[in-house]
Amino acid sequence: MIHRFDVIVVGAGGAGLMAALHASARAKTAVISKLYPVRSHTGTAQGGIGAALGNMEEDHPEWHIFDTIKGSDYLADQDAVKIMCEEAVEMVYELEHMGLPFDRTPDGRIAQRPFGGHTNNVTKQPVRRACHAADRTGHMILQTLYQQCIKNNVVFFDEYQVLDLLVNDEGRVAGVTALHIDSGELHVFHAKATIFATGGFGRLWKITSNAYALTGDGVAIAYRRGIPLEDMEFYQFHPTGILGLGILLTEGVRGEGGVLINGLGERFMPRYAPTVKDLASRDVVSRAIYLEVRAGRGINGKDYVYLDVRPETVNKYFEQDGIKNPDGTPRRITAQDIRRKLPDISDFCKTYLQLDPIKSPLPIQPTAHYAMGGIPTNVNAEVVVDSRNTVMPGFYAAGECACVSVHGANRLGTNSLVDILVFGRRAGQSAAAYAAHADWPALPAAADGPARAALDAIRGGTGREVVAQIRTDLRALMMDNVGVFRTEALLTEALSKLADLKERYRRISIMDKGKRWNTELLEAWELGCMLDLAEVTARAALTRTESRGAHFREDFPERDDANWLKHSLAYREADGQIRMDTKPVTLGLYEPAKRVY
Amino acid sequence: MKVKVKVRRFNPEQDRRPYWSEYTVEAEPTDRVLDLLVYIKGYLDGTLTFRRSCAHGVCGSDAMVINGRNRLACKELVKDTGRNVVVEPLRGLPVVRDLVVDMEPFFRKYRSILPFLINDEPPPYTERLQSPEARERFDDTTKCILCAACTTSCPSFWANDSYLGPAAIVQAHRFIFDDRDRGAQARLAILAEADGVWRCRTIYNCVDACPREIDITTAIGEVKKLMLVE
Repeated sequence: MIHRFDVIVVGAGGAGLMAALHASARAKTAVISKLYPVRSHTGTAQGGIGAALGNMEEDHPEWHIFDTIKGSDYLADQDAVKIMCEEAVEMVYELEHMGLPFDRTPDGRIAQRPFGGHTNNVTKQPVRRACHAADRTGHMILQTLYQQCIKNNVVFFDEYQVLDLLVNDEGRVAGVTALHIDSGELHVFHAKATIFATGGFGRLWKITSNAYALTGDGVAIAYRRGIPLEDMEFYQFHPTGILGLGILLTEGVRGEGGVLINGLGERFMPRYAPTVKDLASRDVVSRAIYLEVRAGRGINGKDYVYLDVRPETVNKYFEQDGIKNPDGTPRRITAQDIRRKLPDISDFCKTYLQLDPIKSPLPIQPTAHYAMGGIPTNVNAEVVVDSRNTVMPGFYAAGECACVSVHGANRLGTNSLVDILVFGRRAGQSAAAYAAHADWPALPAAADGPARAALDAIRGGTGREVVAQIRTDLRALMMDNVGVFRTEALLTEALSKLADLKERYRRISIMDKGKRWNTELLEAWELGCMLDLAEVTARAALTRTESRGAHFREDFPERDDANWLKHSLAYREADGQIRMDTKPVTLGLYEPAKRVY
Repeated sequence: MKVKVKVRRFNPEQDRRPYWSEYTVEAEPTDRVLDLLVYIKGYLDGTLTFRRSCAHGVCGSDAMVINGRNRLACKELVKDTGRNVVVEPLRGLPVVRDLVVDMEPFFRKYRSILPFLINDEPPPYTERLQSPEARERFDDTTKCILCAACTTSCPSFWANDSYLGPAAIVQAHRFIFDDRDRGAQARLAILAEADGVWRCRTIYNCVDACPREIDITTAIGEVKKLMLVE
């Protein structure tokens, strides 16, 4: 079946829905998603969305810009950061106008809390910038955007898995091929403009905060169609995942005063970040946890530490540090405050750890969380395909699957939500504007042929390899060898083992040969995407011989601006090999400086 | 420990009627029922079909009947189910395959209650002001994740599937009691119809089923009360 739309949006999280809202106002638009939109991973974001509203204390978009650039370890493109932080303010107001139920200050304004790396640029102290709705801000954003899509009659194709990007002989993008999961039939979506908002790929790692759905499909599809991937070596580990499960405990816990405690009962972050301590940026905190564990200072010598938000602990350190409320009174927290401000994480701790955060410290470990890299775009969300930023006509990307780059080598907490809204909107507007004057791109002959062949190959496989086992081995390998600390030896070994895993993947077979709701087939296809992205990540990490942001090479522990103040690009060659290239970073506002928190 | 998992199966492509499959899985008490299903699908029976995504009770994909009660598979732990786990699809929605049900009738009801803020007054440049007390008024019903556990646990819905059901009323409540919204009259008119709020007989199954611990029956009661006042 062939469908025709001016604009199609792949993915229905925050970026996809925002793009769809803006595109559908001016062009015939459809959203294609492998999940029902309200299941998207935006809904799990907890702590807040950053915008310098200044509702609680003095704040400025300029400070947000500086914090983001410093947080990125100076790898973010500064023009893009400026746009994001300036537009963040109006985006948050727009969400409120759409009905988003933010928490409120006593005078009725949107409430804000401190978050890692957000600072008053004068005093260097944490600033309240994260606009929140308890610890379910992402849920409220996703719900609100979906509500607006219903109000505006946006067309959805729910539970369709996109398998291929259609690129014609002229090099123009002409739409996608997708599998209707319910019927098992392939559908071709012919479009003038195609927007990818397909999210990240945390499922590559054993311990992750990411949903099962996050297998990097969109990023892998683009890569296979010749689009280079940018900055793939930068993958963020969030410091506080529930031990063993990886479920996120928001940075908002530390924003409300929670502290990290090692096996000696010591608050260790002041040794790593003397000024902002537990509210340093995520790469810094995750490394600190690993270093404590490595020095034998994990809890009972094991591989985890505690996140402690018990009121007595929090108040002790508030007093020690002389932390004040905006009105100058000493800051204190009660058990009731914690229940009110952090209800969901309290529920997660009770359900999965059988612990009450008010009474017990929480065992945590860093968890694979967010891809800074992805499909390269310019500030209008147009996909760019080389180091000169040449635009690929008709193709757009926004959100975690894209690399604008606003996050550089390390994303600040709350900035993912800002990114999806600001660049989701820009993607929708750019795509609709393009579709208004562009003619129809020719569909490639037998457009669904490659997707059909890929599925048939999996369905017809007769080998003895098991998809679930390869996936488990892949995730363990990425955790051990391509995690927070990296070396040439670890990464070389990873690439060699990844080649073995890819070889095994060629010998898989599946039990389910049916058409309807064949999720075994889809999981096998998704594993292929994961293997491709794992290889690119390891290769990019091996190539970058410096340490910057989330990418830490123990054999090259310093940042090397002379050689590496640049983005990486990974191209897939015709024979499947990876070719690495680089692209300049856009500076212009702040010169790189030593990064101390 | 060894856990016996019994799953109600149905694949319309090949089965005339539903049947049961049984699997034995090695599990820890802290494992989720979802972990058992994922293990079974990965290693024992690739044809077992269910929805899942976030795996920690936020996305609402994996509502199903577990040992007779509506639960999210990712929030139900083996220590609470015991060694015998019986899993069935949600009741009252057509089974598509195994544990996957057709969610479209559920979302149609959701869309029918105008689930979006209605307010045509031009907003200020900054936020509309709202007091913390006014915000608190509808807090409970903002937590809904549209998993359908409540609606498909409701005997009134089983008896008459044109009933809007608790989830749609919860969503209506979220806007009716938001002081920024101006659409209460329109929503109350919809909820006052024969298949609206009066079909609720306060059986409380929905409260037991809700994985977000929303006090659903109270919310429905508040809507009924407001309707009488208006």
